[in-house]
Amino acid sequence: MPSHTFTVNGRSVTVDAPDDLPLLWVLRDMLGVTGPKYGCGVDVCKACTSHLDGTDVRPCVVPVSACAGKRVTTIEGLADGDVLHPVQEAWLEQDVAQCGFCQPGQIMAAVALLRRTSEPTDEDIDAIANICRCGTYFRIREAIRSAAARM
Amino acid sequence: MAEQSGATATGSARPSDDGQGATGSSRRSFLTYLVAAPTLALITRAGADVLAPQPAHAVIPTLPAVADLVDLGDLFILAGAPTSALLALAVETDGTIRFRLPREEVGQGLTTAVAMLVAEELDAPLGSVRVELDDARPELLFNQLTGSSNSIRSLYGPVRQCAAGARARLVAAAAARWNLPASRLTTAGGVVRAPDGRTADYGSLSAEAAAPGLIVLGASPKPAARHALVGTPTRRIDARAMVTGAQKYTLDLDVPGAKPCVVRRPPTLGGAVRGVSNLAAVRAMPGVLHVVTVPTGVAVVAETFGQALDAKAALQVVWGPGPADQLSDAQIRTRLRAATPPLLVPPLLTPYVDAEFDFAFVSHAPMETNSAVADVRDDRAEIWSGLKSPIVARETIAADLGLPLDKVKVHVVQAGGSFGRRLFFDAALEAARISKACRRPVKLMWTRVDDTRHGRMRPATHHRIRATHLLGEVLSFEHRVAAAETDFRHGLGEIITATAASLPSGIGNATLAQTLFLTTVKSPYHFGLTTQTLNEVPTGIPTGSWRSVYSANTRGAEEIVVDELAAATGKDPYRFRRTFLKTDAQRAVLDKVAAEGEWGRALPAGCAQGIAFHEEYKSRTACLVEIDTRDPEHVRVTRAVIAVDVGLPVNPSGLEAQMIGGLTDAISTTLRAGLHLDKGLPLEGSYSQFHWAKQRDTPLDVRVFVLPATGTDPGGAGELGVPAAVGAIANAWARATGSKPRSFPLDFDVDFTPYPR
Repeated sequence: MPSHTFTVNGRSVTVDAPDDLPLLWVLRDMLGVTGPKYGCGVDVCKACTSHLDGTDVRPCVVPVSACAGKRVTTIEGLADGDVLHPVQEAWLEQDVAQCGFCQPGQIMAAVALLRRTSEPTDEDIDAIANICRCGTYFRIREAIRSAAARM
Repeated sequence: MAEQSGATATGSARPSDDGQGATGSSRRSFLTYLVAAPTLALITRAGADVLAPQPAHAVIPTLPAVADLVDLGDLFILAGAPTSALLALAVETDGTIRFRLPREEVGQGLTTAVAMLVAEELDAPLGSVRVELDDARPELLFNQLTGSSNSIRSLYGPVRQCAAGARARLVAAAAARWNLPASRLTTAGGVVRAPDGRTADYGSLSAEAAAPGLIVLGASPKPAARHALVGTPTRRIDARAMVTGAQKYTLDLDVPGAKPCVVRRPPTLGGAVRGVSNLAAVRAMPGVLHVVTVPTGVAVVAETFGQALDAKAALQVVWGPGPADQLSDAQIRTRLRAATPPLLVPPLLTPYVDAEFDFAFVSHAPMETNSAVADVRDDRAEIWSGLKSPIVARETIAADLGLPLDKVKVHVVQAGGSFGRRLFFDAALEAARISKACRRPVKLMWTRVDDTRHGRMRPATHHRIRATHLLGEVLSFEHRVAAAETDFRHGLGEIITATAASLPSGIGNATLAQTLFLTTVKSPYHFGLTTQTLNEVPTGIPTGSWRSVYSANTRGAEEIVVDELAAATGKDPYRFRRTFLKTDAQRAVLDKVAAEGEWGRALPAGCAQGIAFHEEYKSRTACLVEIDTRDPEHVRVTRAVIAVDVGLPVNPSGLEAQMIGGLTDAISTTLRAGLHLDKGLPLEGSYSQFHWAKQRDTPLDVRVFVLPATGTDPGGAGELGVPAAVGAIANAWARATGSKPRSFPLDFDVDFTPYPR
């Protein structure tokens, strides 16, 4: 069984897993990191959105072999201890979450967007394709606008 | 601490202040009992309800419909009233207040609203209140079903009474400690205060407050006028857990030894396993622990979900037929049309408006797919799942496993959405069977394709409507609905009514369906002789209540006809509604959206406004939207203004969230989201095919106006937002395109390659 070493939320991990095992199952089933959620398994719902070397990816379609030597950041690694990331703070301020299942992915997608541009347009926000079945989209939009302002 | 024992009555039973609402709709009383425990623990039992009909006024008067007099929620409140040990509250020595809630939280903010009620009546900080979801408790009978927008309606009185009883005991304990009359003590911020400045926090008083001999004055909840927290926009108590990834859903639970499990499902709905031809090869695949056959398919248990999914894909299964193998949309539509009763022939020379509508099947599609953890042993079982009917789940699973009821524990886990889906416990039962067959704990996950294709659906419906009018008055309004049968075999949440609903020939289910229809569907307008009827057609397709059940389609279609009636009589759609609505409260929400949404403002060609109204469960709402149809490939609702009056809003922020959710449901199901049934299986398999709205499909500007309290009891809100938004969006689309909306979703092309069966 191949061995893979990378960091998850700042901690170095080594796992023995087939090269093509999706990162999502490595995180959830082998490392107990359950913030990234399964919603489709085919990069459509984007509920598992996390960061690989700072770029947003969908762990459900990233083979674990692609993570070797890289930094994986999940929703659990976004805050600095008890100090939340400004995007998380904006999510609280706008009372965004309903069922909450998609929100880790929504937040990680928003953080990635705000890394690319500090002043996202409506079109930029529209391009976030993460599904929210509860329909919190308008509050997500308001939270991203608010986070952009405070960052 | 939820076990009741040696109860001592504390305080006299008295009608709560909500006894006589402005609508005269209810009168309730509650008794609160002390539980024998070292620290303060209470239970509250609800007394009887008395329902009184409401008066109606007239244009050409329409007699009240059944749902005007007694709605489904009223029935649930009545059914739940006699159950003892309804609610349990405990104050711990560190000041933490724990409340065991016999309901499910699926994202609608129920736990936050209940925590607010507890904090309000106890004068405790909201942060000190923990609301925990209760395990299945069969003794609660009808009182542990989460549905029909009924939780806040049914809990508002009992929760406040329970907390008020706890506060009275804490004050009495402080009075005894200080040798002062209780009437001179005050409470705030989780502390009892004496006139001389002495204070005692609740935690320090908890043991003394539990003393059975304590003399306690009668406790009744605060009048609404003294509410400091209730009625104030309040953020979700679980929001921080949700934004940090700490919130645990069923498959995030760490149940020792529970291994990932998925199920290979049949190529047609309900198809049975005949055999597996490569069993040994699949069992030898990496990480695979078990392959077992259950009535719903072939289950694979493995070390990781990745390995379980690979093994499931490799299975070669021989399948038998299912009950609906020949059915496709065309046959369903033909059957529904044939089952729709004919309309009355209109009088000679009386003008009339006719319309027929079709609505497709729709997936519930919660983000968290069906899931459950099960640990079944020879002599006991334990289940974890997101369950809105946990009692009937426990009773059914115990019977299926052949275990006594008291040997089966069923834990209710907060869920990632429901929209009606989790009224059924399909995954919990399936996981229990797999765990029993493998003799090990399993964590079962339905894949998204499983959930979309084999999950339950909102039934397809056909509607035939005729309205006659003369000289600007509406003389009659007839609505005939035919629907693929909705499965209500969860009953009222326990085994007795579930068994009745499951009677052979579908008689029981049909009776329940008629009751549901009659107690939820009503017209808010004075349209003369108004009749609404339902005819259900059994199809063998798995269905279930979908947010707003019959009302989304039925009332959505009616709101379209209201616009067409307005056009036929030369009236503006807003003013036409205003004329024919029955009450000032109804007109108030309509006027609000018309004013705030600038009804009638000029928009470019291809863009238009639409407006609609809906009332249910003692609440009412109006919705005004603007739509942009200039790009036919991407029709978008660009703006929405919603006004809502629920009588007494508990958490306006949560209420606003529910209305935005209902709006998104309406955008999705009206414009693009539906399931194509093809030879016994939906074609759609994921969100790339079932076109639920994304950020780019939703408005840039949404405003929700929560009207101030107009009554003393909260109405239902969980499903309220859907029907008016369906009507408003369809009406806007009609005005923007010049077409009549008749078949939903409006854009329903098969624009994808279906997954293999």
